[in-house]
Amino acid sequence: MAFLDNAAGTRPDERVVEKMLPFIKEQYGNPSAHFYPLGRESFEAVALARQQVAEFLGAKEDEIVFTSCGTESNNLALKGALNHPSRKDKKHVVISEVEHFSIQNPLIDYLNKGYEITKLKVDETGLINIEELKSVIREDTALVSIMFGNPEIGTMQYSDEIGKVCREKGVLYHIDAVDGAGHVKIDVNELNCDLLSIAAQNFYGPRGAAALYVREGVKLVSVLQGGHQENGLRSGSENVAAIVGMGEAARIAREEMDDYVPEMKRLQKKLWEALSNMFDFLHFTGHPDRRLPGHVSFWIEYIEGESLLMWLSLKGIYAASGSACSSNILAEDEEDLVASPVLTAVGVPDDVCAGSITFTMSKYTTEEEVDKVIDELPGIVKKLCEMSPAYNRND
Amino acid sequence: MSKGPYSEKVMDHFMNPRNMGEIESANAVGEVGNPACGDVMKIFLDIDDDGIVTEVKFKTFGCGAAIASSSMATELIKGKRVEEVLALTNQSIVESLGGLPPAKIHCSVMAEEAIEAALKDYYERKGEDPSIVDKMKENIKKDNPEGGN
Repeated sequence: MAFLDNAAGTRPDERVVEKMLPFIKEQYGNPSAHFYPLGRESFEAVALARQQVAEFLGAKEDEIVFTSCGTESNNLALKGALNHPSRKDKKHVVISEVEHFSIQNPLIDYLNKGYEITKLKVDETGLINIEELKSVIREDTALVSIMFGNPEIGTMQYSDEIGKVCREKGVLYHIDAVDGAGHVKIDVNELNCDLLSIAAQNFYGPRGAAALYVREGVKLVSVLQGGHQENGLRSGSENVAAIVGMGEAARIAREEMDDYVPEMKRLQKKLWEALSNMFDFLHFTGHPDRRLPGHVSFWIEYIEGESLLMWLSLKGIYAASGSACSSNILAEDEEDLVASPVLTAVGVPDDVCAGSITFTMSKYTTEEEVDKVIDELPGIVKKLCEMSPAYNRND
Repeated sequence: MSKGPYSEKVMDHFMNPRNMGEIESANAVGEVGNPACGDVMKIFLDIDDDGIVTEVKFKTFGCGAAIASSSMATELIKGKRVEEVLALTNQSIVESLGGLPPAKIHCSVMAEEAIEAALKDYYERKGEDPSIVDKMKENIKKDNPEGGN
């Protein structure tokens, strides 16, 4: 098997799993139960995890709010900021065209409430224009939310530069850093951000634990109300085992990132170069240099993304596709099959492109996995080209 | 373990498509596209003097369901008379494939439409009005109100 869909979630580090197990088995106390040891053990475990995540981001412990997933962190950042009474007169939000659905979709409700959303265009490499950002920020801009790295095309924005602009303009700045954390150094002070989302599953932690960094002094309202956990910003019994796992994953990433990222970059370069020489009708997506480590994405003329994804899967190569056909295969209606807005945003022509393929590596990716892709892809592409009425070449 | 979104039949036709290719000397060619997802389906038929489909081939630029639908459709019309070919509905393609996910039903509709387009081309080449195909389909629908999508 060649697992190259790590943007969908990485394999948990064995040390993370080991740290979690006691909290699934015998240490099942609720952190809110302070009056007996079982509860206090859980309370202290969550506190340690909070410290580890804070160190990972260059933040203070009180600035970390644990959530269940990246989507929840993004929703809390947006709704928490926009719904706060202190911003009731600020009804303008700036995002980019390539944000994750967990940023784009919550904003639909705000459009209906009279908010104005400015979606910054990106160039063909996936980067926003900083000058354009400066020009669209207004007196009534409540929030700027621009992702750190794009999971589909791999492009990393100049997040620190965006942060400088937001600082100068006095506008709240949120970064969706779900893709990037654990593979690129994320320091909230260097990035000049006020809010930042990360998810444990993207850096060798478990699913079910994520966090929102909230800079000290930034006022948010909660999305989930209840027992006032997480300083009242995220009520609900803590998923202690997952949070413990996230803390350990953050510690490991902080200490070992410099050891494993160079190898990911080497394999990324190897795959990129092999694909460059494979066909002249393969087109890479995203930025050639400012890319998430281990991220390779492309589309092939004449070939639809889902078909390619299925054949890769049959050969034991697991990847992702940004094709309309694979977008929501379990939907009840073909209307729900949506072409990737990211590919549209970077100007990929939809008459010859029917979906891209994204390979995302991890610290566990091996040379053999990359070689398997290089060996298998030509045969699959040949097969699908022969089947495509659009392909009329003799090469 | 879950088999995934597609039935075994769909996977079989996707992996081993029947009648894939072109017929250089085809006397009926139909091509349809689905603007929603960018799929393109092309059907080639050889129809003899008795109105029987003696040879059929397809080419498809599309997803797993589109490839499987084209492959199954060609199997279902090979050796059939034009009238029988026109009686083929997308529903019978879906049933023969052991079902399709709801969002992929349009792939079977495309296969039906590609065959229809090929038959229009067939009549046009014979110097006849291609709208005869629509009339024939209407009559078939009247006789079989079950119909497809």
